[in-house]
Amino acid sequence: MSLELLGPMLLTVIGAATPLLFAALGEVVTERSGVLNLGVEGLMLAGALSGFVTVVASGSHLLGLLAAAAAGAALALVFAVLTLTLMANQVATGLALTIFGVGLSALAGAGFVGMPVAALPKLAVPGLSDLPGLGPLIFGQDLLVYLSLALTVAVASFLSRNRSGLILRACGESDVAAHAIGYHVIRVRYIAVLFGGAMSGLGGAYLSLAATPMWIENMTAGRGWIALALVAFGSWRAWRICAGAYLFGGVTILQLYVQGSGRLHVPSQIMSMLPYLATMALLTVMASRPWRSRFDAPACLGKPFSPPA
Amino acid sequence: MLCNMNRRRFLQATAATGLVASQGIVSAWAAEPLKIGFVYVGPIGDYGWTHGHDTGRKAIEAHFGNKVKTTYVESVAEGPDAERVIRQLAQQGHGLIFTTSFGYMEQTLRVAKQFPKLKFEHATGYKTAENMSAYNSRFYEGRAVVGHIAGKLTKTGKIGYVASVPIPEVVMGINATALAARKVRPDAVVRVVWVHTWFDPAKEADAAKALIDQGVDIMTQHTDSPAPLQVAEGRGILGFGQASDMKTYAPKAQLSAMLDLWGDYYIGRVQAVLDGTWKSQAIWYGFKEKMLAMAPYGEAMPEALRQEADAIIAGTINGSYHAFTGPIKNQQGEVVVQDGARMSDDDLLKMNWYVEGVTA
Repeated sequence: MSLELLGPMLLTVIGAATPLLFAALGEVVTERSGVLNLGVEGLMLAGALSGFVTVVASGSHLLGLLAAAAAGAALALVFAVLTLTLMANQVATGLALTIFGVGLSALAGAGFVGMPVAALPKLAVPGLSDLPGLGPLIFGQDLLVYLSLALTVAVASFLSRNRSGLILRACGESDVAAHAIGYHVIRVRYIAVLFGGAMSGLGGAYLSLAATPMWIENMTAGRGWIALALVAFGSWRAWRICAGAYLFGGVTILQLYVQGSGRLHVPSQIMSMLPYLATMALLTVMASRPWRSRFDAPACLGKPFSPPA
Repeated sequence: MLCNMNRRRFLQATAATGLVASQGIVSAWAAEPLKIGFVYVGPIGDYGWTHGHDTGRKAIEAHFGNKVKTTYVESVAEGPDAERVIRQLAQQGHGLIFTTSFGYMEQTLRVAKQFPKLKFEHATGYKTAENMSAYNSRFYEGRAVVGHIAGKLTKTGKIGYVASVPIPEVVMGINATALAARKVRPDAVVRVVWVHTWFDPAKEADAAKALIDQGVDIMTQHTDSPAPLQVAEGRGILGFGQASDMKTYAPKAQLSAMLDLWGDYYIGRVQAVLDGTWKSQAIWYGFKEKMLAMAPYGEAMPEALRQEADAIIAGTINGSYHAFTGPIKNQQGEVVVQDGARMSDDDLLKMNWYVEGVTA
């Protein structure tokens, strides 16, 4: 492998990390409000299908992305009603949501298998995108890649510097206290769950419209679960989650490129383990003492809250 | 006494009822359609492997109509979970169960032993039992055609191969491709990237990008989604579809595709169960028995090459061509198969080494 390969490789890394980043950023907001939504995989599939179908029907990628976010949010609304209003168990409901999302998208999308669709266009900044080396890397991505990075900044500052973000965190750390001060815990959590759903939907749409512009059943292939793991390993912080997504995507892609070079003779099974090992190792180190945050999981994560009458 | 009488009458009555009832069940059973179960490793809409088996299932339904009733369970993970699914199908009274992935072999065998009256058909494995057959397609025959075309058309001499799970079946396919390619282009290499999954479109696509970025100009694959071929189309190189015609995803890039045709075999086996002539067997069919075919050639195929490819297929059918004919060297350059010798089916099914020209 040579240095010229670095550019194309990083392009592929971005493609692998972006869907994970969307879903994980959505989930971290949901979890910081105290709700554990294990339905990310199902939400991503709902987004992937809706985005794809909308682009097939309208030809507009922008509408497709809106539809994907809306579908993710709509399915998340079902989860919110069940767990927040009707007090159903969050773990069980989240798992059910995944199974439901997989089945529903497969059923509704059966007629769309085998249809071609144009990939989400890459932005082209005249002059800059053609710069050798870093040009296409920095200035030649599609809209969703920039959006995912902008949202990382936005979520990070929302959770740490914004008043509404602090209220959301209060609901996740101590629902009773937040309620006592006068915040509407359930309403905050509804909004957080809907945001998480919309983000998962966009993550799914990245797969069906940008990474592999096609619809195939179950095409997320477990990325929802990896996003969930990234939230925990990233100790519920947007920057660490972003780093985790890029690390995981980076090592996944690196090992594919190493295999493709045909030079390094390491059993491919070990290569396939690397992304998981590297992500676990780095994030475990980050979560250990010198860097340890004051708190890890939101204290009320997964606990139902019924406002005292 | 009276009490005894009553009891006797009661017993007679119940016996009679039981007899009638059991006869009723028997006649109802005879009229009942044969229930046939399918276990799939991927979703039926994968446009590849599972799609092919499901097309076979639909062929059964079309052929037998209401004499049979088919059920399928899709996206069943290989391993312990599969056993639960297979057993459930057995308990629900499926008389014939097709398990369509290599990784279901042990599980199928275990359930088959527990249900000796039911018939099982396992795809691409090598173990059989009194009531469990093994069936497979000689995909390597198609891979040889693919390898020949790839060897002729590659400019860089590097052929990409997105591979799924390292089992003999997949290794055999890689080797068949490399042997045929190097016959026409002695310096050609087959670059393999293992993704360790049968179905993950985004990862398959990334593997294809990793290969193309490193000089590969023909893409082949042994994974189930059209993603690698779609990447080939996007990058302006050529490639092959897998398991079904994937032309819609790659109208320019697809040179051909290996088509899995399970329908005829499935219909034959169902007929055998209905006739009561089903026997356990291990079959390995190919071009000759029409379990395998090549999709119509793409526009990028020159006329001369079409004829060469057709000649390989014809040679395979009449027995004059065999992909694994010696001399065959392993990666270390040692001659493993002598000049003119052909590898036996047993050796092929156990293949766990790469031929010269494969980098993996």
